Amino acid sequence: MNNGVGKRWNGGGEEDEDEDEESGGPDGWQITYADERSWESLQEDESGLLRPIDNKILYHAQYRRRIRSLSSQATTARIQKGLIRYLFVIIDFSRAAGETDFRPSRMVVVAKLVEAFIREFFDQNPLSQLGLVSVKDGVAQCLTELGGSPESHVKALMGKLECSGESSLQNALDLVHGYLKQIPSYGHREVLVLYSALSTCDPGDIMETIQKCKKSKIRCSVIGLSAELFICKHLCQETGGSYSVALDEAHLKELILEHAPPPPAIAEFAIANLLKMGFPQRAAESSIAICSCHKEAKVGGGYTCPRCKARVCELPTECRVCGLTLISSPHLARSYHHLFPVVPFDEVPPSFLNDAHNRSPRSCFGCQQSLLNPGNKPGLRVSCPKCKQHFCLDCDIYIHESLHNCPGCESFRHSKSAIASEE
Amino acid sequence: MASAPSKLYADDVSLLVVLLDTNPFFWSSFSLPFSKFLSHVLSFLNSILLLNQFNQVVVIATGCNSCDYIYDSSSATNTDAESGRMPALCSDLLRKLDEFVTRDQHLGEKDSLGPPTSSLLSGSLSMALCYIQKVFRSGPLHPQPRILCLQGSTDGPEQYVAIMNAIFSAQRSMVPIDSCFMGSNNSAFLQQASYITGGVYQKPQQLDGLFQYLSTVFATDLHSRTFLRLPKSVGVDFRASCFCHKRTIDMGYICSVCLSIFCKHHKKCSTCGSVFGQPQSDVPSASNVK
Repeated sequence: MNNGVGKRWNGGGEEDEDEDEESGGPDGWQITYADERSWESLQEDESGLLRPIDNKILYHAQYRRRIRSLSSQATTARIQKGLIRYLFVIIDFSRAAGETDFRPSRMVVVAKLVEAFIREFFDQNPLSQLGLVSVKDGVAQCLTELGGSPESHVKALMGKLECSGESSLQNALDLVHGYLKQIPSYGHREVLVLYSALSTCDPGDIMETIQKCKKSKIRCSVIGLSAELFICKHLCQETGGSYSVALDEAHLKELILEHAPPPPAIAEFAIANLLKMGFPQRAAESSIAICSCHKEAKVGGGYTCPRCKARVCELPTECRVCGLTLISSPHLARSYHHLFPVVPFDEVPPSFLNDAHNRSPRSCFGCQQSLLNPGNKPGLRVSCPKCKQHFCLDCDIYIHESLHNCPGCESFRHSKSAIASEE
Repeated sequence: MASAPSKLYADDVSLLVVLLDTNPFFWSSFSLPFSKFLSHVLSFLNSILLLNQFNQVVVIATGCNSCDYIYDSSSATNTDAESGRMPALCSDLLRKLDEFVTRDQHLGEKDSLGPPTSSLLSGSLSMALCYIQKVFRSGPLHPQPRILCLQGSTDGPEQYVAIMNAIFSAQRSMVPIDSCFMGSNNSAFLQQASYITGGVYQKPQQLDGLFQYLSTVFATDLHSRTFLRLPKSVGVDFRASCFCHKRTIDMGYICSVCLSIFCKHHKKCSTCGSVFGQPQSDVPSASNVK
């Protein structure tokens, strides 16, 4: 396909075509243009000037599809999500990871995306833990054990990026199984495999390992970088995970980040439990106290256990004196938007705007941006089904992806009480 | 929109979004009259606009039944200044505020639930963040935004989740939330908001000198804050409110599936429906059904 594009781009010049045939393809500099297809993001306007395509509406339509599919899943049952996750990311650093179909190489692209994933993961799953495993020369190696600090994972991952030898799915699963077996029953055990190779070189029967994972309720998901493999598909089907193969870098990023929000809890996978926890208060910046974790006198910024009044330096932790799990409530609150999602907004049909033009608001309720297109024509807008306020497309995306509050519903008390009585 | 790309934004140009608490139930029983409070705030807003010609001020009123924009210096018309009596800011803002308070009161009359004691901070915070996102979208050069909450009424525990969502969104987009709390007890919501977003929480001791507090602590732009010793926090109340009775607790039970907080041991989670402990507790008791 590159070849065809290259020819079109050359304008069919005979000399160029000859060169193409000799070298068997376009030159390197041509490939970069051909791959990016930068001309596709331009279009001509009425006066014949080139301008970038306005893909805001396109982007918004895409986003709405995503929101709708999410909400349709949520309405089927009360939302039950596994919010305490123990996830191992297995990264295939075999010879196949050195391929350059992703630029500069699969390995570098994967490492970069895993870094983004780690940060997103801890942002969305505050009480969860993550570990990294690499597969190289047929051997699985633990880069980091399960832990809650994104920085240490990123550091270990970026430490030495090199690839060699064969890949072994079984060795990796065996290693991870050993770690995940030990975690408490209320945690969700998960594995995410980023698989570059097209084969697996195993010391024994991998089917047994898959059954072992299934028995231990480990949910395995695989993202392939080259082509669909039967063994990966089988693994995902057996353990309840998802299997997908990336088409290009953007798609790969999308697939990886899909694993950041907590998956719907499968009833048999984790046993619900009530955990007793304490919410310590942060002391004044100038207070001096001896902390129970380092046994040193420290100035300022400590937390006091509500049960035994011992001082600790950091949260979340377990009180050294009475053993109570101590967390800060903002840690928990980070995940509450999964429980109380904002309802998707409805698009306001243009017919409605034309009929009752006087009644519909002229500006977005959230940001006061004018909702009129140039020429005083009503532009695209959405409205909240609960409070009936109108919002611009940018606010719509911001409200659902980052804010997780509807400003309209939040700023009218009577609408709130109406919702409460509905429930 | 003020942030046209032709303007030269230095690092000390700020966009200040002020959330003004207009809860009549608080101000009627408070030692400082609302009119005096307003005169402090108006002088403060004027001085912000004088500090830098590109500084921008947006005021959002936080009522007890609704929230609304009442002033935006970027869209304000300066024609009122011709009359020579009052600066445009004051007359414009006071007129809108007057309209807002009347409307807010009118909304409250329909409600038969009795007077609410808390203001709708979650609504005004969400609106402020939407406005700030618009400024971020306007281009690579934009004023440094920050939010100042001038709050007096007590926290409304039913807004807990919404306010926390807003705080995390502000933290993600690096918008500090400053809070000047005038009520009698400290506000746990605002303490957490300022602590998480890196803003300043201050509870003025002498309300007669409110302008002094505002101008020395809250007028400083984000760039200058690195050189100043601003008031340190006197501790943060990290207690949560439980989902079952909306009580503030310092020890409680957490559902392992959805992380809901409860003050007592329940048989079934009221948020996600998970059954805890013994499997025979299938019959939900009345208190657990939402």
